[in-house]
Amino acid sequence: MEAKTKDLWVFIETNEDGTAKSVGQELMTPGRMIAEKQGGSLVAVVIGNKVDEAVMAAVFHGADKIIVVEGPEYQHYSTDAYSIALTALIKKYGPTSLLIGATNNGRDLGPRVSCRLKTGLTADCTALDVDAETGNVAWTRPAFGGNLMATILCPDHRPQIGTVRPGVFKKADANESRTAEIIREDIHVDAADIRTRVLELIKDVDSESVDLEGAEIIVSGGRGVGGPEGFAPVKALAEALGATVGASRAAVDSGWISHAHQVGQTGKTVGPKLYIACGISGAIQHLAGMSGSDCIVAINKDPEAPIFDIADYGVVGNLFEILPILTEEVRKAKA
Amino acid sequence: MNMLVCVKQVPDTTEIKIDPVTNTLIRAGVPSILNPFDGYALEAAARIKDVDPSAKIVVLSMGPEQAKSVLKESLAIAADKAYLVSDRVFGGSDTLATSYTISESIKKVEELEGKFDIIFCGKQAIDGDTAQVGPEIAEHLGLPQVTYSLEAEVNGDTVKVKKEVGEGVEVIAVRMPCLLTFTKPAWDLRYPTIKRKIAANRAGIPTLTAADLTAIDRTRAGLKGSPTKVKKTFVPQKKSGGVKIREETSEASAKRLFGLLNEAGII
Repeated sequence: MEAKTKDLWVFIETNEDGTAKSVGQELMTPGRMIAEKQGGSLVAVVIGNKVDEAVMAAVFHGADKIIVVEGPEYQHYSTDAYSIALTALIKKYGPTSLLIGATNNGRDLGPRVSCRLKTGLTADCTALDVDAETGNVAWTRPAFGGNLMATILCPDHRPQIGTVRPGVFKKADANESRTAEIIREDIHVDAADIRTRVLELIKDVDSESVDLEGAEIIVSGGRGVGGPEGFAPVKALAEALGATVGASRAAVDSGWISHAHQVGQTGKTVGPKLYIACGISGAIQHLAGMSGSDCIVAINKDPEAPIFDIADYGVVGNLFEILPILTEEVRKAKA
Repeated sequence: MNMLVCVKQVPDTTEIKIDPVTNTLIRAGVPSILNPFDGYALEAAARIKDVDPSAKIVVLSMGPEQAKSVLKESLAIAADKAYLVSDRVFGGSDTLATSYTISESIKKVEELEGKFDIIFCGKQAIDGDTAQVGPEIAEHLGLPQVTYSLEAEVNGDTVKVKKEVGEGVEVIAVRMPCLLTFTKPAWDLRYPTIKRKIAANRAGIPTLTAADLTAIDRTRAGLKGSPTKVKKTFVPQKKSGGVKIREETSEASAKRLFGLLNEAGII
């Protein structure tokens, strides 16, 4: 389809309680830069049920305009309802570009919508810019398990769409004096058109605390923790820091901790302010999931471990001796 | 029960190294494997067949002639029939063109094998990591989808799917026909038996070319049909200049680390 405006849209994914997931606000930051270079407005698209809080957050974080679709059918994410609503909005308004957070739901929705519109989609971007020559969005993403980066353009199809990893961009400080135009669109989806039904949610025993994508600090354990009980000092440090516990694939595959904690290519992609890797050697698949962290601390007894190549602070030593002392220092400082 | 599993042959990305001189990927000598997520999808189909031995599993792959090796592997493990989709005109396809070509191929295979009740895919391939082709096939075929599936159980005309979500596992009911993409479950792919291996080696694998897909719109396939273009590729820069801490004692190391993090305002 043809674009009708030069606007850039950010899809704001909502939680069931009507608040926004952090990644939508993060995407306002590169969204603003792209919208300015492409000469359009920054528009936030909020779909959900009773989403006033998410709408206001979008205003405060810099949207010029907010398009809101509300209804009980959007309270819980479904591929069908969300792709119907988002496609209808795109057809009506014709944005030039669209950013979607690369969460599980974003990666479920993006290809459905781009395919329906027969346009291009670039997945899991970690850097965004505008191509100086053509004015198209330059989408940069890792491939081959993080061994290679590729910059992708979508020159002849609109909108140009990309999913962007959570945690890569930082959200701007909320400015509560901002105002923005709010447009409400009445789009309803019949229950019969939603072809999936959630029967139940089996919560992980410890899943309440496993919000890796939204975490500011993550303390992760790998093969070096040696066993399920080896996670005790990792968890103790996490608790002292108010951090979330992560894990490498090796630790998860060994059954020492649940998959909900896994960071890396087959787990979560994270971008906390601080990532502390304990006993993690740093396979490229793990690095692919956490190298976007602001500050990386590695604690490992092998001085040759590849994790040290990307660490801001690398401690060579025994994590079972180092972690308790570090935990104690943190507790003292916070007391 | 008629099931299709889409599989891809990929380079084993854990074996890929970077040439330190040219700073490019060394692909020579890297083994080609069945994409692990497609293996989980195949195993999920096989588990349905364990319950209902009359079920049929067809596997399909798009790729060069060499991709027949992953089809043979799939036949040895659990599949009953395999098809390769291969043609030069499909080269250079992005996910949209790939998913279009595969969906047209599925329609063709359905003429021979009957309509599929469930289409299984891996959630993503480990070379491209896009996670797009599965949902896009579902879109082209107008099917409902469940992504990040862990297990599937057939129950009358619906499938009960366990899906990985942030807080745990969601149980979703989806009516057939449908498409499921699989992430890593708790179990591994079963090993082939010797008997199945021998049979797979002898099995003929039909190849579908562009000429066989009579309904295909060639402007939507291959490089021409791909809205996204690769502008450049590069090897990510290694971060350098990190502080190495290796004091005499663990206590001194821990305290130095805390001091540095505290000073930098990180904790």
